[in-house]
Amino acid sequence: MSHSLDVAAVKADFPILDREVHGGRLIYLDSANTSQKPRAVLAAMEHYYANSNANVHRGTYLIAEEATNALEEARAKVARFIGAPASQEVVFTKNATESLNLVAKAWGRANLRAGDVVVLTELEHHANIVPWHQLHDELGIELRWLPITADGHLDLTEVDRIIDGAKVVSFAATSNVLGTMLPVRRLVDAAHQAGAIAVVDASQHVPHAATNVAAWGADFVAFTGHKMLGPTGIGVLWGTSEILEATPPFLSGGEMILNVTKEGFTTNDIPWKFEAGTPAIAEAIGLGAAVDYLEGLGMDAVREHEVSLTGYALRTLAERFGEDLCVHGPADAAERGGVMSFTFKNLHPHDLTQVFDQHGVCVRAGHHCAKPLMRVLGVAATARASLYVYNDEADVDALADAIAAAADFFSF
Amino acid sequence: MPGLEDLYREIILDHYRSPRNRGELPVPPATRVEGFNPLCGDEIVIFLSVANGAVEDIRIGGQGCSISQSSASMMSAVVKDKTVAEVHRLTNAFKAMMSIHVGGDDHGDALPDPDVKLGDLEALQGVVKFPVRIKCATLSWNTLAQAIDEAMASEDP
Repeated sequence: MSHSLDVAAVKADFPILDREVHGGRLIYLDSANTSQKPRAVLAAMEHYYANSNANVHRGTYLIAEEATNALEEARAKVARFIGAPASQEVVFTKNATESLNLVAKAWGRANLRAGDVVVLTELEHHANIVPWHQLHDELGIELRWLPITADGHLDLTEVDRIIDGAKVVSFAATSNVLGTMLPVRRLVDAAHQAGAIAVVDASQHVPHAATNVAAWGADFVAFTGHKMLGPTGIGVLWGTSEILEATPPFLSGGEMILNVTKEGFTTNDIPWKFEAGTPAIAEAIGLGAAVDYLEGLGMDAVREHEVSLTGYALRTLAERFGEDLCVHGPADAAERGGVMSFTFKNLHPHDLTQVFDQHGVCVRAGHHCAKPLMRVLGVAATARASLYVYNDEADVDALADAIAAAADFFSF
Repeated sequence: MPGLEDLYREIILDHYRSPRNRGELPVPPATRVEGFNPLCGDEIVIFLSVANGAVEDIRIGGQGCSISQSSASMMSAVVKDKTVAEVHRLTNAFKAMMSIHVGGDDHGDALPDPDVKLGDLEALQGVVKFPVRIKCATLSWNTLAQAIDEAMASEDP
């Protein structure tokens, strides 16, 4: 192994992991929800505010130029990180939800008519469902769903038939509940074959594995900064230059125009025509620092670490709890991200995670904004532990101990 | 720092283990109302039959955590045979215990009546120390309020 992750060194870069909770160390296993931030990200944001704080694309003075350069440099870093052919194809948004809303509300409203078909999968996050439901109500578009198999994979048997005649195929690259990694290129090709555009929700993919949007061949790719060691309040929509040029603005006002008269307006160039108002400058700079940090680790090393640790977690949970614990989704760590949704005996996930908290273990309980998937799985809710670069085997062991403690507490 | 024992009192676990009034009532004449906890996806179904301005019968369906299930179970036991006005006073007293402001609601009630006895329900007061779980404890009460409104609306057209 030439370049594996030094997790002890990584942990030392995250100040929050030094903090005590309930008299013990903080064991953070909720990175699919939001990730923790390394010192380098916090420092980049503070440095901007302390040295170069000014509005962007306006001032002619030094610090305004510094701010503009820092924002555009962050855009270039993100573009390089995801293999985007050009920086101007990277649109900064508030989060992945806004990115997907931009696609549905700006591209969708301009291009979809009553009866047009949008294809989603059963494992989508609500952010990739509700905007399309709204277009159904507003325009009369029709939704079709690609099913999943019993072991949590996408069922590919009828993909081409279901996608046939569609205008949009929109899907997650990695499931936020099951960890399933979808065959992105296969789905993009099927979409294009049918004459549809392909939209990828890569929120759970970009933070965890090398991403190349050009190799995927998609039309739009959405993701968020705060799940990839960056701050909250900054997300990304990548689109091909062609489709971004052809998409009308989403929000409007300052920054997104070339000219405004009493009679009307002309829009700015991409990506700025989608960035109305003062952008999240410090957050974009923080995201750029997060990209630097992840590139320093190496995304192949990140993925390798997560496959190895997920494998350890699946083995540990199976050995200690056997049939009492059910992990949903693919059984093979190499086919999934580091997201493990599980149910334990007949204990409700809320009660489980309440006991976990007493042991400093942070795990999310609930429907994970994927209620249609919960229905398919036949559960109301799950507990979800998710791994990232700062997690190690001791964290997984602490989770197993916390599960045992919950079993003990609720033994009846 | 609140401990687990503050939250999971023995009587709560007892109602969770052996929930009272589980089941369904024929609709109509009973009213059926669903409630959702957006936080965790818990769903509660209340079947309520109101006659002469009082709760004649109640059944609880759905699934949820120990807090939402025990709260629903205790609620069902305490509201049976109570008049709608008494149920409103109980609801206000329970919400006040959950630190929810209840003064001046639609039913013309003033502040919670200190004479209202919550009995077993007082075991849930530890929930206040775990703010995220307050929604679990109040889910069945909010659903009951909606069921009463619907039942009353169909009683006097």
